[in-house]
Amino acid sequence: MSGYILKRMLFMVPLLLGITLVCFFVMHLAPGLPTDLQTQMNPKSTVEMKERLKTMYELDKPVHEQYWSWLKKLSRGDLGISFSSDHRPVTAKIMERLPITIILEFLSLIIIIAIAVPIGVLSAVHQDSIFDKITGVLVFIGFAVPTFWLALLLMIFFGIHLGWLPISGLRSLNYEYLTPWAQFIDLAKHLVLPVFISAFGGLAGLSRYMRANMLEVIRQDYIMTARAKGLSERDVIYKHALRNALLPAITILGLSIPGLIGGSVIFETIFAIPGMGQLFYMSVMARDYPTVMGILLIGAILTLLGNLIADVSYALADPRIRIS
Amino acid sequence: MFHTRWRIRELEFLDGINMNFWETFYKNKLALTGSGIVLLLFIVSLLAPLLAPYDPGQIDLRNVLASPSWNNLFGTDQLGRDVLSRMIWGARISLKVGFAATGLAIIIGVILGATAGYYSGWVDAVIMRFVDIMLCFPTFFLILAVIAFLEPSIWNIMIIIGLTGWMGVTRLVRADFISLRERDFVKAAKTIGASDLRIIFIHILPNAMASILVAATLGIAGAILTESALSFLGIGVQPPTPSWGNILTSGYANIDIAWWLSLYPGLAILITVVGYNLLGEGIRDSLDPRLKK
Repeated sequence: MSGYILKRMLFMVPLLLGITLVCFFVMHLAPGLPTDLQTQMNPKSTVEMKERLKTMYELDKPVHEQYWSWLKKLSRGDLGISFSSDHRPVTAKIMERLPITIILEFLSLIIIIAIAVPIGVLSAVHQDSIFDKITGVLVFIGFAVPTFWLALLLMIFFGIHLGWLPISGLRSLNYEYLTPWAQFIDLAKHLVLPVFISAFGGLAGLSRYMRANMLEVIRQDYIMTARAKGLSERDVIYKHALRNALLPAITILGLSIPGLIGGSVIFETIFAIPGMGQLFYMSVMARDYPTVMGILLIGAILTLLGNLIADVSYALADPRIRIS
Repeated sequence: MFHTRWRIRELEFLDGINMNFWETFYKNKLALTGSGIVLLLFIVSLLAPLLAPYDPGQIDLRNVLASPSWNNLFGTDQLGRDVLSRMIWGARISLKVGFAATGLAIIIGVILGATAGYYSGWVDAVIMRFVDIMLCFPTFFLILAVIAFLEPSIWNIMIIIGLTGWMGVTRLVRADFISLRERDFVKAAKTIGASDLRIIFIHILPNAMASILVAATLGIAGAILTESALSFLGIGVQPPTPSWGNILTSGYANIDIAWWLSLYPGLAILITVVGYNLLGEGIRDSLDPRLKK
């Protein structure tokens, strides 16, 4: 098993190189330079200044040289210095935001599992019941709802109309003066909408998938055997069937990670959450190449790791699967 | 629907596939609802200049952020423009982007998938590794990164969404080709000396049309969702051109005053996407009843 994991990790290296190569070239071949954005707004800027900026950011060199020097820095764990006015190292900028995004994604994964699995199982067990039909319609709509629109509606309803939940940021202005318990409540209140919105995209997919799995498992011979030997329906469903239906869902969760990360751009921007998605959006708008490249790389690593963890845990959970 | 008819004739080679496409399709109420929605959108987009009660760009500063009334059914935005008129014109944008982006994705997917499935071997391996790379990547990140560095325009959006959405089609077409190339009619074509190109496009591809058509219909829905998200973030269709996504941007900016700016455009996106999804699933169920859940 450890050999397999090692091999997969090694395979990730060329994959990551390919991804960074594509991103780097696409970004740099696109017309427009980050220095344009910084000088256009300044009426005092001269051509000379523009050139000096270009030299400072090494943008005057050919693209392949820029990529090579980016790679060399990367091998030392250095993602370069941000082009934005704070001129901080990209690694530091990402690291202070990454935990927020990861915690949010993790919470929404838990929500997805906690809601989608029971829905999928129940609608399969009671196939064609009213519950199944209603969830079927909801799932179908769930696939089609633009999540950012749902975020707006929930903000209007719960945040503005009812005034129950805060609609931006992670903390209230008076956070520092609250008791620890009140701080926790404050944080939790700020998290409700972002976590729900982030989870929403995955809910429909996983519940439909669980339903299909469960329907297939229920028709298997070993389920009939379990019934035949007189087990209660409860045991048949929740001990024998559920376990087998849950297994393939692990893979789906691994595959849903790119979507979650991509979605973080939208909901972190909407809810003004200082996470990686918001940083990405701001860096993209400011044409901050080093930061954009850094986040793309981290996003790709997270995705690949997620896939690996999914594959490995699938193998660990199902002894019938042998990986070599 | 021309393609479907044409496909059905070709399908007679295949056994077990439903020959009575239209009969099954007409009985499928959900599929009919879907086609109704899609048809309605076509009509609205075509007749936008006639249907829109106002000029979508007409600014009226005395009537800013007016709530829905008989004069402005869906209210007005921060410049006093009529939201309903902007939404009607926005339907055109989403239709254009949906079709163009999906068309591009289908062309790339068919070419790559057909090549991989027909030739197999190292060609297949290279193409499928490339697909894996593209799939394991947060696509939305990539789209954002690319589009922000290009001039945001409707053309660039179509191209970028198309260039990042072909992987599913490639997989589908490849799978179809792998099973179809072993069929007798392909062997027969080979025996009489048909060229590879001829076999791929004239003999095999028409038989793979079912899954492509379904993927295209569902792909349009996805492309419309992506376009609206990009326009919402301000890097998609640029104002003053109205799109459902950028009306929602002003909804976000005026979230505490003007709920109608947020509610209606999103509802339009939702209904459109539901329509295409229903149509796609309806086509799939009618072409091949065995695929029905």
